[in-house]
Amino acid sequence: MARAMTGAEIVLQALADQGVEVIFGYPGGAVLPLYDEIFKQTGIKHILVRHEQGAVHAAEGYARSSGKVGVVLVTSGPGATNAVTGLTDALMDSIPLVCITGQVSTALIGSDAFQECDTVGITRPCTKHNYLVKDVNDLARIMHEAFYVAQNGRPGPVLVDIPKDVQFAKGTYAGPSKIVHKTYRPQVKGSAQAIRDAVDLMASAKKPIFYTGGGVINSGRNASKLLRELADLTGFPVTSTLMGLGAFPASSTQWLGMLGMHGTYEANLAMHDCDVMICVGARFDDRITGRLNAFSPGSKKIHIDIDPSSISKNVRADIPIIGDCGYVLEEMVRVWRARAPQVDKRALKAWWAQIGTWRERDCLKYKNRDDVIMPQYAIQRLYELTKNRDTYITTEVGQHQMWAAQFYKFEEPNRLMTSGGLGTMGYGLPAAVGVQVAHPESLVIDIAGESSVMMTMQEMSTAAQYDLPIKIFILNNEYMGMVRQWQELLHGGRYSHSYAEALPDFVKLAEAYHGVGLRADKPDELDDLIVQMIETPKPVIFDCRVSKLANCFPMIPSGEAHNNMIMGDEMAGEDISFEVSDAGKVMV
Amino acid sequence: MSKMEWGPGMPSEEPQKEKDERHAIAVLVDNEPGVLARVIGLFSGRGYNIDSLTVTEVSHEANESRITIVTHGSPAIIEQIKSQLGRLVPVHAVTDLTIKGDPIERELALVKVAGKGEKRVESLRLAEAFRAQVVDATTDHFVFEITGRTSKIENFINLMKPLGLVEVARTGAAAIARGPEPM
Repeated sequence: MARAMTGAEIVLQALADQGVEVIFGYPGGAVLPLYDEIFKQTGIKHILVRHEQGAVHAAEGYARSSGKVGVVLVTSGPGATNAVTGLTDALMDSIPLVCITGQVSTALIGSDAFQECDTVGITRPCTKHNYLVKDVNDLARIMHEAFYVAQNGRPGPVLVDIPKDVQFAKGTYAGPSKIVHKTYRPQVKGSAQAIRDAVDLMASAKKPIFYTGGGVINSGRNASKLLRELADLTGFPVTSTLMGLGAFPASSTQWLGMLGMHGTYEANLAMHDCDVMICVGARFDDRITGRLNAFSPGSKKIHIDIDPSSISKNVRADIPIIGDCGYVLEEMVRVWRARAPQVDKRALKAWWAQIGTWRERDCLKYKNRDDVIMPQYAIQRLYELTKNRDTYITTEVGQHQMWAAQFYKFEEPNRLMTSGGLGTMGYGLPAAVGVQVAHPESLVIDIAGESSVMMTMQEMSTAAQYDLPIKIFILNNEYMGMVRQWQELLHGGRYSHSYAEALPDFVKLAEAYHGVGLRADKPDELDDLIVQMIETPKPVIFDCRVSKLANCFPMIPSGEAHNNMIMGDEMAGEDISFEVSDAGKVMV
Repeated sequence: MSKMEWGPGMPSEEPQKEKDERHAIAVLVDNEPGVLARVIGLFSGRGYNIDSLTVTEVSHEANESRITIVTHGSPAIIEQIKSQLGRLVPVHAVTDLTIKGDPIERELALVKVAGKGEKRVESLRLAEAFRAQVVDATTDHFVFEITGRTSKIENFINLMKPLGLVEVARTGAAAIARGPEPM
């Protein structure tokens, strides 16, 4: 089915043939032919954002909550450079995106033309792959290839840079066929021998733990189902990274909570003391491991990952399994069932008893107050009042993000959208826009901090334009809370520029954006206002005034080991600076 | 080693204690624009070493180029380098020639030596011993062309230093595995 079309027509046809329903974008000189084609068709909906970074985060939210590829369209020069943060975010968190950028005409490339930048040069290290299309006859192939590369293997953002003359030029279109890529063919099936070895090791474990990550969610809903099945079969405890929350239900008795720097006491100590660690789709990030040479010193490690470069990068794997989590988990379930191994029941019972004593430590305990809203309490109430609804949560980055991870209980995958790897303040609001576009009938809440949300606040205007009733639930302590917490930890409590002196009136701001503003000052008014927020069929900014100096615990200070955590109830809340070693101070 | 050097964010502590190894890695890539930038950017972005890098098209029909990278690092870092190279989209194959066995490595150097009298005679005599060719000469200078392993070329250059070495141009190593099989 080869047809002659203009480059712009080819792009729109390719998007349609790839099943794209929504594009997040912002027009400009170098993409006008593409926008003209968008104008002429009705199949693909275009969401006009207010800043290109917002377009990419919205596409991330769309992709992560729906399992589809997010599509972004921006212009050359500043359009492309504004997208860089979002692209890097998607690369770090393995989110499949296709970002189309306009470029100046081929004849002008390299001449420092108006709104020219070396887009493929700038985005080379922050995309999974990128293309500069110089010949319109390559365009259809590259578009289809971009979708293939974005989705296959470890997902990630792919950028296609299209000069304006290529958008006008006539070329031949060919539809997507089953791609056998010349070079990019990631290994999906894990080695059968390695899977058998892993099952043998698991069967002999006395103190096992599943350590799961975003890879389980990226692999698709079936992988989450299989993880639950394997956990059920084995009876092993499960912990997860921030990116993996929801793959395993928080209500399960086998769930230990999130691990890592702000993870639970039981999860981190179980990781430290385990003898067999089964890492599924996680990458031993420094937020997870703490001090590497003290990380889980006595365990044998099984590492399942589709990206070979993630294996033995930070922590050596004893049994590496390169493959898709879903496939490998399915095989593990099959092999486990077939072998019906005799596990060491006594040892496992003792392990669970040990975990029980750690749980009794009640590490997330905090001192609630009735004169001021504690941020943890606010999230607990938000959870209680939304748990029986079809709810999606996004977050910004900082203390509120960690409290959301600790206190909001996720039962299903694809329900939490957060910036894990890059830690991008300003992610949550535009991501909520994208989630709401994918799920128009669902309740979408951005658990935010007042500092983060100011970074992409303009996207409230997008929400208003498309009647997207997103809820921005701001835990407002007037500080960059996590910066302040670290200044207490490392810099003698000198709050250098971590206090916002002149915040806007968020209620009025919501109204200015054609939304609804709500404010809660006292714990006893919280429930009613949250219900009011949920029932408002418009975008809402909820200014939840919380305790200004609350800190996020437990915490593994940087440079420390899992078994050396700072616990909330041990801290007077004032001087926590003694906890960090010189080595830790140089860490981020 | 001070405690400051330990901690998260460092690639790994254990391999740091391991000896650095020198490896020659062959990478077969699609000869498309930007592919070399991807490879070099990977090395600079992740802090890997490049001792030498050569690249040129090896198959016009298949549009393939072969990159030979000589690098050094701990065994864990070498493994990372290979995995990271392998996941670049335009990469066909990555082969660690050093692991496959003592690979054949050749480098070409052009060595300009100026001088008169006994030094000039000595430089010519050494060039013969090293099987270097004279490719340009006046009564005041020679340009020698020498091929061989990197270590041989370095020996030769060191010997030329006191004899009037002016400048050197080197290609970097090209390498291939022994035996009948391809990479």
